Amino acid sequence: MKKQRILLITNGNFEKDFLEKISTEVYNSYAFPVYIEESQFDINDFYDPIRRQYDANRILRKIDSIPSGQFIRKIGVVRVDLYIPVLTYIFGQAVLNGNSGVASLFRLRNEHYGIKKDDTLLFDRFRKVIIHELGHTFGLIHCYTPTCVMRSSTYVEDIDQKSHLLCPACRSKI
Amino acid sequence: MARNISILIVDDEESVRDSLYNWFIEDGYDVGCTENAKKALSMLESRNFDIILADIKMPGMDGLEMHRRIKSLNKDAIVIIMTAFASVSTAVQALKDGAYDYITKPFDPDDLSHLIRNATSQISLQEENQVLRDNIVSLENVEDIIGESEAMINVLKKVERVAQSNSPVIISGESGTGKELIARAIHSNSKRKFSPLVSVHCGALTESLLESELFGHEKGAFTGAMFNRKGRFEMADGGTIFLDEIATISPKMQIELLRVLETKTFIRVGGNKEITSDFRVISATNKDLKKMVAEGTFREDLFYRLNVVNIMIPPLRERPEDIPSLVDHFIKKYCTSMSRNVMSIANAAMKKLENYNFQGNVRELENMIERAIVVGNGKEIRLKDLPFEKNDPYNSVESLEDLEKKHISQILNKYNWNISRSAKTLKVDRVTLYNKIRKYNLQAPK
Repeated sequence: MKKQRILLITNGNFEKDFLEKISTEVYNSYAFPVYIEESQFDINDFYDPIRRQYDANRILRKIDSIPSGQFIRKIGVVRVDLYIPVLTYIFGQAVLNGNSGVASLFRLRNEHYGIKKDDTLLFDRFRKVIIHELGHTFGLIHCYTPTCVMRSSTYVEDIDQKSHLLCPACRSKI
Repeated sequence: MARNISILIVDDEESVRDSLYNWFIEDGYDVGCTENAKKALSMLESRNFDIILADIKMPGMDGLEMHRRIKSLNKDAIVIIMTAFASVSTAVQALKDGAYDYITKPFDPDDLSHLIRNATSQISLQEENQVLRDNIVSLENVEDIIGESEAMINVLKKVERVAQSNSPVIISGESGTGKELIARAIHSNSKRKFSPLVSVHCGALTESLLESELFGHEKGAFTGAMFNRKGRFEMADGGTIFLDEIATISPKMQIELLRVLETKTFIRVGGNKEITSDFRVISATNKDLKKMVAEGTFREDLFYRLNVVNIMIPPLRERPEDIPSLVDHFIKKYCTSMSRNVMSIANAAMKKLENYNFQGNVRELENMIERAIVVGNGKEIRLKDLPFEKNDPYNSVESLEDLEKKHISQILNKYNWNISRSAKTLKVDRVTLYNKIRKYNLQAPK
């Protein structure tokens, strides 16, 4: 059987509607059917008590080790604060031209910055992070087009500036 | 990114190397990784990396020592030191040793992005600067000066030889022969090429203006001197000063100039502080300075101070073999600047140019070609497009006898056939004039 699906591996509590809307957005971007599955791993295994954050590299390796089966790409969606050893935090991480990625909701919430909760904005940001990380797995590097979803974002404000769509140049590369 | 920037990550922790590798690869950088300084130096011997991110604490050689060795391999390499422990003294040491920056792990993603973007901009600026410098040099390359005649080849050989020295040069030649171009070529091929070439047209300035122009002035030195101003000698520090029409400067300025050339120091007009400047002097003249020295109008000591090397540019009429290539050059130059197709030149027009007595030298030829392109048909420069001087004797195809007959006739007519006045003007005696009148069968108008 050909691998023609994308798998969202969820960890933590996500509302069903929220995940289905995310799936639709991913499908619209990459035209592969999206399946949702709950993770079988314990996120606490990746917790670093000194940094009080979760090691994204190790989570990524865990996701990568899950048998791919019919899925061409697997992306972990988590609620915890991610880090990689050299950086204070990350929104997400993926293997360039690989099969796996991980995206976190943690730093996308307005409440994290002392601003009023905004579920619409949270959804918008999260879909952008997931589509962005999946873009890396399809071989896309950061794009300089201001509105392209593949533009690099180091702050949530950067995420808000871009759209959730791939620019024509990035789209043509997939 | 203008081109693919390469980054080398040197850290003994695999997780750090992997994290940075993934981070930079997503940005499209060309990334290399290694775990210690020894391996990094060996990699750098075989290939270049634009940016090196090095951990400060590694087994064996530490990051600071590695940085010093990298700088001896490639002084332009941008080295960023990383450490897990913020220490001001180590940071200061790294920066003193010439590290580009110092960053404490873990970094904020935005700080890392900024740091790399700034380093990348610096690399682009350095490369752009180098390209522009190369372009500036090639603009006044000796090979680009047009001249195929033996006389010009000798001039250009001399230019290449004298460019390497610091000796004063006098360039002599008629107006329009390209003395300033030769001065620029000397400067551009010298070690001073990255410092300014400052030109002063001495003939265009009065004595007091020239003094202020050369030495600068202090605020309030004279009416209208509202601000301090640097003089040309000060501006030429490290470079070359080109004194055009040197023969026109007054005796007082000759003394001042001699003193500056001997001491390389001067005082601004209205000032009292001695200023030192390291400049090379190139002067130019269309006068015979030796003759002026003999006549007492130009100081002998200044002449010898300026005339260590003399380059004489021959007039264009003495090197007609240079005319075709000059014509070709000016046609291309003006057709390009006027956004026209490059025109050709008719054989008759070129022949006439080669035989023309250019009093205004290359400048006159250039003006002729420019005018011909403007008024011409856009395809070919024709004889009628070229503005030749009508009274050019060398332009004539008449015999000596014909010319003599015409000239005597014109003088006689001018003075209403007054034989005495005509003979006086022609500087012949009356008998000779009568003989010529008879010989050419000239008759007074009735």
